[in-house]
Amino acid sequence: MMQTISFLSAIMIPALLAFIPLYGLSRGVPVYESFVEGAKDGFPTAIQIIPHLVGMMVAVSIFRETGALQFYLSLFKPVLTAIHFPEEVLPLGILRPISGAGALAYAENLMATHGPDSFLGRLAATMQGSTDTTLYVLTVYFGAVGIRRSLYAVKVGLMADLAGVLASWMVVMWVFGL
Amino acid sequence: MVNYIWLFMIVSGVAAAAFQGEMDVVTQAALKGAKDGVAVCMGLISILVFWLGMMRIAQDAGLLKALARLLSPVVRFLFPDVPRDHPAMGYILSNMSANLFGLGNAATPMGIKAMEELQKLNPDPKTATPAMCTLLALNTSSLTLIPTTMIGLRMELGSANPSAIIGTTIVATFCSSLAAICLDRWFRGRMARRIQT
Repeated sequence: MMQTISFLSAIMIPALLAFIPLYGLSRGVPVYESFVEGAKDGFPTAIQIIPHLVGMMVAVSIFRETGALQFYLSLFKPVLTAIHFPEEVLPLGILRPISGAGALAYAENLMATHGPDSFLGRLAATMQGSTDTTLYVLTVYFGAVGIRRSLYAVKVGLMADLAGVLASWMVVMWVFGL
Repeated sequence: MVNYIWLFMIVSGVAAAAFQGEMDVVTQAALKGAKDGVAVCMGLISILVFWLGMMRIAQDAGLLKALARLLSPVVRFLFPDVPRDHPAMGYILSNMSANLFGLGNAATPMGIKAMEELQKLNPDPKTATPAMCTLLALNTSSLTLIPTTMIGLRMELGSANPSAIIGTTIVATFCSSLAAICLDRWFRGRMARRIQT
């Protein structure tokens, strides 16, 4: 089962790359011209996102580099100790929704320090793999079409992240034990 | 809400720096963040150009419509206010399937395309619609079948069984996606009720 899934994911892109143009050709689509026509949208879309992403990454960078993130983490520690949540993993849970690269670096650090097959290592990998960088996704998707007011999207995203963190913790405990 | 989170991160960062008496850290961090932001966008250009090109072929060939028709029950449940034959449906589905297979890079352009189509249905282009929030919720909770990056990283770090976390990741991602869908529904309903009264 696992082999099948990893195999599928490895061949997915090459298969799509061959299938889409071939199918297009069979339907009489001028494939190359069609590709170029669609590809033209890529550049302006990326440019449109720049101000949004710069704004967000400046804030995230300041928040992290000045030690503000560390400070808030230290506030949460007593609560975590009370519910037996491994405190080493907390920074990852908080970084995950705000900074993809930061979370990845932290997850790697956790796995390298405690070993990829330790409880913490598996928990870090599961948490990192099961959620996405909410603020980044929000910035890119809404930024691309110029949405300013995001309604309840941020709340839903962050609450779902919290659910993901808790679910990762519980399922890793359940499957691998402490 | 983004406004507050943004402001909160900056203000508490400046306060933390002031407290430690290292104000120059703020300036450096800000410049670094700005540089990273542009770098990420530059990286996105190649992916966007490439996948939007492929997507146009798929669209011209009628693949997106076929995909939308095939999976329409699921999408109609998630996006009740998008018309059945609307082009947004095809893009939403390609976005979801790309995410499912862990093709993060390919999912972004399709998600952006879906947003553009949803924006055409939007009466107020500055404010998100419920459908846009649903699409965002699905993407932030990232329904993943294969956490490719993590498996690769574990392999590099010498794990005895790098793919051991596939099962736990699927369960966790399912929980967070389910939570996202339920929360999205709840907020959507609450907003609708507020408008009525």
